[in-house]
Amino acid sequence: MNAHLPFAKLDAIWVYLAASPLLGLTVTLVAYLIAMSLYARAKHNPLANPVLIAVAIVVAALKITNTPYRTYFEGAQFVHFLLGPATVALALPLYRQWDKLKRGALPLLGGLVAGSLTAIVSAVGIAKLFGASHQTLASLAPKSVTTPIAMAVAEKVGGIPSLTAVLVISTGVFGAVSARWILDIVRVRETEVRGFAIGVASHGIGTARAFQVSEEMGAFSGLGMGLNGVFTAFVVPVLLPVLLRWL
Amino acid sequence: MLLLLLFAFAVFRPAAAEAIEPTALELLRHLSLFIPAGVGIMVSAQPVRGEAFAVIASLVVSTTLGIAVTALATRALLRRQRGHENAGEGA
Repeated sequence: MNAHLPFAKLDAIWVYLAASPLLGLTVTLVAYLIAMSLYARAKHNPLANPVLIAVAIVVAALKITNTPYRTYFEGAQFVHFLLGPATVALALPLYRQWDKLKRGALPLLGGLVAGSLTAIVSAVGIAKLFGASHQTLASLAPKSVTTPIAMAVAEKVGGIPSLTAVLVISTGVFGAVSARWILDIVRVRETEVRGFAIGVASHGIGTARAFQVSEEMGAFSGLGMGLNGVFTAFVVPVLLPVLLRWL
Repeated sequence: MLLLLLFAFAVFRPAAAEAIEPTALELLRHLSLFIPAGVGIMVSAQPVRGEAFAVIASLVVSTTLGIAVTALATRALLRRQRGHENAGEGA
C-alpha cells in the first residue's frame, strides 16, 4: 500500500501500524462488526453469514495492502486462541440438557454413526470420482469435525493439515448457511434433532449458528460436534485406507 | 478432554456452573472467533486450484447428505424408542 500513498508522513504511519500485531486484531474485529450489521440488515438471512462476510472483508483488506497472512495472524491469533475456551465452554449448555441427552443417548449415537459415515464416504467418493489426488482425499476425510481434531487426523492419514483447516471452515460455513433449508426439505422440525444434525455435519460454525436460533438447539449441536470429533478421530484412520482401495 | 472436565465439574458443583454460565454463553455466541482460520483460505487455496471443482462438489454434497442423514436417522431412532416406551406403559 505504501507505494500508493502520496505523502511520506502517511507512509510512515502505515509502516508503524503494519508492524504492530494489534492491526490484525483490529481488522478482525472491525470486519466482524461490519459483517454483523450487514447480517442484521439482511434480517438474519443465512446467506448473509457473518463469518463468510467478515472473512471476505479481511481477505480483501490483506490483498489491497499486500499484507502476508503470517503478519495478519500475529494479531488475529488472540481471537483465534479464544476458540479453545469456547469449545470447552460447550460443557455448560450440555450440562443443562443432560437429562434430555441421557434419555436419547442411543438414538443420538445411531444418528451420529449414520450421518458421520455418510459424510466421510460421500466426501472421499465424490472427490475421487472427479480425480482429486490422494493428498486431497486424505485432507477431505475429516472435514466435518472441529479444526484441531481434523488437522491432527489429516496429518495422520497423509493429508495436508492447512488444507484441511480450510476445508473444515468451508464445510462449517456451508452447513451453517444451508442447514435450515436442508432440514426443511427433509421435514425434520424437532429442535433437538435439527441441532444435533447441524453439529455432526458442520462442527463449531454450525453450532454457533444453532446457538443464535436457541440455546437448546446450540446444546444439541455442541453435543453432535463433540461426539463426531471423537468418532471421526477413531474411524477415519481405519476407514480411509479401505475406501481408497475400494474406490 | 477439557470439555469433559468442565462437564464433570458442573455435575459435582452446580453452583459453580451457575456462576460460569453467563460468561460461557457469551463466548459461544461470538462467531468472530472463526475469522482468522477462515482467512487462512487465502494462503491454502493454492494447492487445490486444479482440483477446485472436485473439492467443492465433494464438500457441498457430503455436507448436505451428512445433515440430512443424521437428522433422519436420529429422528427415526428417537421415534422407535418412544414407541417402545409407550408400548411398555400400555402393557
